[in-house]
Amino acid sequence: MKETVATQNYTAVEDITGLYQSNTELFLEGSPDFMNDVRGKALDDFVRQGIPSTKDENYKYTDLRPVFEGDFNVFPSYVDQEIDFLSLFKCDVPKLDTFVILTVNGWYYQRNRNLDLPEGVIIGSLAQAAREHPELVAQYYGKQVKTGKDPLAALNTLLAKDGLFIYVPDNIVIEKPLQVINLLRAKNDSFSTQRNLFIVGKNSQLKVVFCDHTLSKKKFVSNKLTEIYVQENAVFDFYNIQNQHNESANLNSTFICQKASSNIQINTASLHGGVVRNNLEVLLNGEYAEANVYGISLTDNKQHVDNYTHVDHAKPNCTSNQLFKNVLDEESTGAFAGRIHVWRDAQKTVAFQRNNNVLMSANAKIDTKPQLVIDANDVKCSHGATVGRIDTEALFYLRARGISEKEAKLLLMFAFVHEVIAQIRVKPLQERLDELVDKRFRGEISKCHKCMFDCNPKSLK
Amino acid sequence: MLKINNLHVSIEGKKILKGINLEINPGEVHAIMGPNGSGKSTLANVLAGREDYVIEEGEVTFFGEDLLKLSPEDRARKGLFLSFQYPVEIPGVSMVNFMKTAVNEVRKYRGQKQLTASEFLKLMREKKELVELNSDLASRSVNEGFSGGEKKRNEIFQMAMLEPKLSILDETDSGLDIDALRTVASGVNALKSPQNATVLVTHYQRLLDYIVPDYVHVLYKGRIVKTAGKELAFELEEKGYDWIKKELDEEES
Repeated sequence: MKETVATQNYTAVEDITGLYQSNTELFLEGSPDFMNDVRGKALDDFVRQGIPSTKDENYKYTDLRPVFEGDFNVFPSYVDQEIDFLSLFKCDVPKLDTFVILTVNGWYYQRNRNLDLPEGVIIGSLAQAAREHPELVAQYYGKQVKTGKDPLAALNTLLAKDGLFIYVPDNIVIEKPLQVINLLRAKNDSFSTQRNLFIVGKNSQLKVVFCDHTLSKKKFVSNKLTEIYVQENAVFDFYNIQNQHNESANLNSTFICQKASSNIQINTASLHGGVVRNNLEVLLNGEYAEANVYGISLTDNKQHVDNYTHVDHAKPNCTSNQLFKNVLDEESTGAFAGRIHVWRDAQKTVAFQRNNNVLMSANAKIDTKPQLVIDANDVKCSHGATVGRIDTEALFYLRARGISEKEAKLLLMFAFVHEVIAQIRVKPLQERLDELVDKRFRGEISKCHKCMFDCNPKSLK
Repeated sequence: MLKINNLHVSIEGKKILKGINLEINPGEVHAIMGPNGSGKSTLANVLAGREDYVIEEGEVTFFGEDLLKLSPEDRARKGLFLSFQYPVEIPGVSMVNFMKTAVNEVRKYRGQKQLTASEFLKLMREKKELVELNSDLASRSVNEGFSGGEKKRNEIFQMAMLEPKLSILDETDSGLDIDALRTVASGVNALKSPQNATVLVTHYQRLLDYIVPDYVHVLYKGRIVKTAGKELAFELEEKGYDWIKKELDEEES
């Protein structure tokens, strides 16, 4: 059996189509019908929409066509890695006791240890869960994903084989956060697909920390889709720390459906990466639900980070807060497009959205597009965006106290993004991220991981 | 310690200082007074190294070294301190982090060893008492949400932390009630020594009741037009600035 298949003479859409059609059996193998049955429509949807480019309204600021140029390996089957990652990646968040699991090139790492979990809780491979608990998984799989509306979602659904599956039954509080070390490592340029599905039951609580890393100096495109169901009165935290090298494209789509009185926080820190696109759709589908959606990005070089959010208030009395802050240096570019949609009859909605940006150089560029669509009449909503440079008055004040210009700028940038980090509901993680951000600003990011691999992003060409 | 010789300064093409001469020695307290718009704050800011100004002519030395060539941070490290007329609010930067960074950078420059966390906190406690700064202010962001009086006391607190040789207090008395003024003044007095000097930039004489100057200079239209002992301040308080203006305008015409 072939473990990987390589795409040839790449012309993106045709090539992906050709790849799928000539290896269909490989893509269907091991997956249950409910995963395979949707691939046909996903293929049609993908072909019709093509690779996202600036012609698409939703991708106005991010052209993904260059990202898909070239030849890639894809992983329709699990490829074992000869390294024992678990011994390398002991939890490196001090004072934070976590469950640690690894995913590699989109797949659940088969050498993950069994976790000591409360009865009924499942944390493991999606492919395995789909085989062992087909009814449970089928009930949720793809139900939020509209392949006809987004080509990345279509492409993910077309090629999805594995990823992380989490099921927390009703009334279970998992206090210890789950840390997912999400690795990309290959000998050739690679395209990986990851499909995650999380279900947090009624009155249950779960915190997930996703850390994205690249471990070899190859070009990586990862297309990750995470579908999350947060049931009545559940609390769910989802922290994403994105730290990939400059030759990577980190494409993420997250869909969240919240039931009544549930509470979530999504907090994404884009610390490093070539091209990062974060699609986030939140559906507040029960009264008194609360969604806190935050993000920071720190870019330099020619990096590009695009956050696209869509928060739907479908029911009355829900609250949403969005705060995205970006610091852009050198020739980096960024975008924020955020949309709040208050549906008819979703009265007493409270929805806020704010996007603040600091440009550190004359060549950095940010596009920001806050959008508010309100179809109810008794709501409290606001949105705003700012683009600025570093506050020269504050800079002079700090320097007048003996602090060097460089250090003063670091203090100010750090203070700027700290507002977002301060929202994190796991204190040690908050401290750890402060530390990572500080190191990132100082250009020391690669040294901060207990990692034997030399993947200093600055040295990559 | 500080010698200003024929200093001419402009901003956006407008001449503000037109030939300032001033010498300050260790142990001295100077007051620079004058009506609004006479150039007092410009002088203070130019000395601290604010970059918006253009030096047209003249020189300034600080312990024999060309001050105007130094970056603002190097001036601070060499012992020059400006108490801001309008202290800047910096959300997200805690007072502790700010002061720790500043004190250690200054110490590093002066070849002193870095303070440990406990040494630093002890120093902070000590100096806070000097200006009766609330302890919780230290954990808040720099000047954010501070009252006018708290901001000025915070300036003197920073001065105490950095132990400068020359302190320039720019309108430190403006907007202070009498109690806050006393606190600030007693803080400044406590920091006085035969080795350091203080320049009080002020519009009013009131501050000089509490910090007694050795010299009073009157700045008018960009020049020092009168220098005398502390009695000049009382004369100004009594008669205002009009008599000086009149005297000078008559001379000019």
